[in-house]
Amino acid sequence: MGVKLLVQGSTLTAFIEGDIDHHSAKETREAIDYYIEKNTPKLLQLDFSGVPFMDSSGIGLIMGRFKLINSFKGKLKVINVPKNLERMIKLSGLSALGIFEKEDVKINARNSK
Amino acid sequence: MQEIVNEMNLNFFSRSCNEGFARTTIAAFVSQLDPTIDELADIKTAVSEAVTNCIVHGYKQGIGKIYISSKIYENGKVVIKIKDKGCGIEDVEQAMEPLFTTGGSERSGLGFAVMQSFMDKIKVSSKPGKGTTVTLQKFIIRRAINNERQS
Repeated sequence: MGVKLLVQGSTLTAFIEGDIDHHSAKETREAIDYYIEKNTPKLLQLDFSGVPFMDSSGIGLIMGRFKLINSFKGKLKVINVPKNLERMIKLSGLSALGIFEKEDVKINARNSK
Repeated sequence: MQEIVNEMNLNFFSRSCNEGFARTTIAAFVSQLDPTIDELADIKTAVSEAVTNCIVHGYKQGIGKIYISSKIYENGKVVIKIKDKGCGIEDVEQAMEPLFTTGGSERSGLGFAVMQSFMDKIKVSSKPGKGTTVTLQKFIIRRAINNERQS
């Protein structure tokens, strides 16, 4: 459980790792928000490839980051969402925000911190 | 009336670190029906939502106990009851509306909608000041029939 952050220019990519529930979302949220508030990146990418399970707390996590990054005039992209999480996302109606990247996104430089 | 073939009871403190424990334990119990990965994920998700509700809403004032009982019936029906003795819900109908939440900006308000969508049946009974019981039901049919044939 947790999150790894990778900074490339004004893009912050957050690799979320492990199940997302109300318990684990708190730590992930705090790590991402701390960086955003300090460095105001132009683009935040949430990478879900390392998430085997999420409940609706994952939707709350996306919604909350969307609002925060918007308040700094930045953009949000949600990338590499595993197939089994798609049902939850569909149910949430978040697809309408146009933040979900359909194609797989490969991120090379893995000098995450 | 279908006969109960197996039953389990679980109770634990309403600490958020137990959310994972609860859904994983229920999944392990239901696994004896040989469900598909999707069916198991549905149950895990619904249990996670219900337990989170107990922690975030039922026991928002402090730590209390959460009680889960699960029964497996002859015909492959799984019934899971998740109960708290917390604050209860004043207006159950309103609480079940998608996107309604009293949990602040980080809560999506989707908990009950997810339970409804991922399970076959859900029942919520609540008394303000007494607590809330959520009953979830799902049929794991195909494999249960296979097992019967084998035995």
